[in-house]
Amino acid sequence: MRLITAIIREVQLDRVREALIEAEIKRITVSRVSGHGQQRIEEMYRGQIIIPDLIPKVKIEIAVNDAFVDITVDTILKSARTNGAGSVGDGKIFITPLEECIRIRTGERGGTAI
Amino acid sequence: MKIFRKRSLLLLVLLFACSTGLFAADGVAIDTGATAWMLTSTALVLLMIPGLAMFYGGLVRSKNVLGTIMHSFIAMGIISVLWVIFGYSMSFGKNILGGWFGWNPDYFFLKGIDTKIMDAGIPEYVFSMFQGKFAIITPALIAGAFAERVSFKAYCFFIAIWGLLVYNPLCHWVWSSDGFIYNMGAKGAIDFAGGTVVHISAGISGMVAALYLGSRRGYPYQVIRPNNMVITMLGAGLLWVGWFGFNAGSSISSGLSTAQALTATQVAAASGALVWVIIESLHQGKATALGFASGILAGLVAVTPAAGVVQPYGAMILGILASFICYGAIQIKNKLGYDDSLDAFGIHGVGGVVGALLLTFLIRPSWMKEAAIAAGGRWTIWNQFGIQALAVGIAIFYAASMTFLIIFVLNKFIKFKSSEDDEMAGLDRAYHGERGYGMLNPS
Repeated sequence: MRLITAIIREVQLDRVREALIEAEIKRITVSRVSGHGQQRIEEMYRGQIIIPDLIPKVKIEIAVNDAFVDITVDTILKSARTNGAGSVGDGKIFITPLEECIRIRTGERGGTAI
Repeated sequence: MKIFRKRSLLLLVLLFACSTGLFAADGVAIDTGATAWMLTSTALVLLMIPGLAMFYGGLVRSKNVLGTIMHSFIAMGIISVLWVIFGYSMSFGKNILGGWFGWNPDYFFLKGIDTKIMDAGIPEYVFSMFQGKFAIITPALIAGAFAERVSFKAYCFFIAIWGLLVYNPLCHWVWSSDGFIYNMGAKGAIDFAGGTVVHISAGISGMVAALYLGSRRGYPYQVIRPNNMVITMLGAGLLWVGWFGFNAGSSISSGLSTAQALTATQVAAASGALVWVIIESLHQGKATALGFASGILAGLVAVTPAAGVVQPYGAMILGILASFICYGAIQIKNKLGYDDSLDAFGIHGVGGVVGALLLTFLIRPSWMKEAAIAAGGRWTIWNQFGIQALAVGIAIFYAASMTFLIIFVLNKFIKFKSSEDDEMAGLDRAYHGERGYGMLNPS
């Protein structure tokens, strides 16, 4: 089991979600986050252009069985890239081993609980 | 109703004054009571526009909140400017082009009314500003039908042209003393404060635009929920308060008819809201805040054309029926699947028609007597119903066809509907470069 964590652009959330649903990956957790990366953006604040320290992003977390890692990653790669070939600020994907997964309702453990 | 006679007299005097080049100020004294109330009403009607901005703004997704609020605010800029330049003249000038709209060189830039006092005892500036607020809110109402999916630039051009070609002529026909709808039947079609001019025209135009532009991405399969019901409720509250200016101010006086309109307004809003939450509780199990707000609006919209001619029991009946019928209309919309996003047609279009038609059966007996005298003997409810239906039909047909034409032509120059990317990014980011809720993220 793996935990896939993707940090993506806010504006790509709809596309990524739609692509994931299309690929039958339907169990996801989404949150608003802010962070630093390579990207620098300009924003208007009180009529002045400023470069914010922290840029808003969306974090998607998906726990999957090993067989689904590749399809999930490929789907995110395809749908989260902007301007065709991708541009700075499109985000990152982290994959971490997942020790255990438990469904609260039944108490099931392991791959079937995902 | 006295008010209509008053209005027509006042306008006749105005026209007379214009044609002879005299100022009415020469003979008429200012009625300070009426002027004070009309000034207040003018401010109250303006308050409805930020109210509408908040009402609509809370109902969209968080990425569109500022864009939606701007749809109302930009109307305060565009329409106010156009109104002073030629809107007032087109609406309240003398018939030109076969009565399509009016014109009066004195009203161009309002330059000829600097010292003019109207027959009602109020400075004409007050009347023209009061009427201007109605011209602002009408196109802003339409924005609810195509929320979350139109280009800001195209929207600006749309409301400017719509104001000129749809609002001003309709306003002239219904409220100007030489407008043809004003003069239909014994005592004219009854539209006290804008059932046909404001609500039916905005509602039907919204429907046409929503059908022409198509639905939002993912509608109706993807659930699209309000981002902030709290500001929606604040907006609904401001609309209710502002509506006293809208309806009670439409008496263009400060007296008995003002009190009658004010009472009818309160009764209809309350009964509409109450009935909506009751229907909703029985039908879906819970009384929602949005349901209460929708009921307020349904009641207020229905009583708008009727406020001058119905008594409190009549206003109550209108509020109740409006909630039933608008609730039904929204259920039907959900079945049909067209995307009138914030129910501009479902509430304003349908509620406006309900009010304009059903008020016929609730008119004060004294009004019917006056109508019978004006008609030279007999004037029945069904006579008046025919006039009301004709006025409603004309408003629907004219607003629908002109809106279609405007969007069709405008679309050739500026693409009205947002691109898919802009729509997904949200109006705030795509057209304004701002975020409505910056505080939701640490920055």
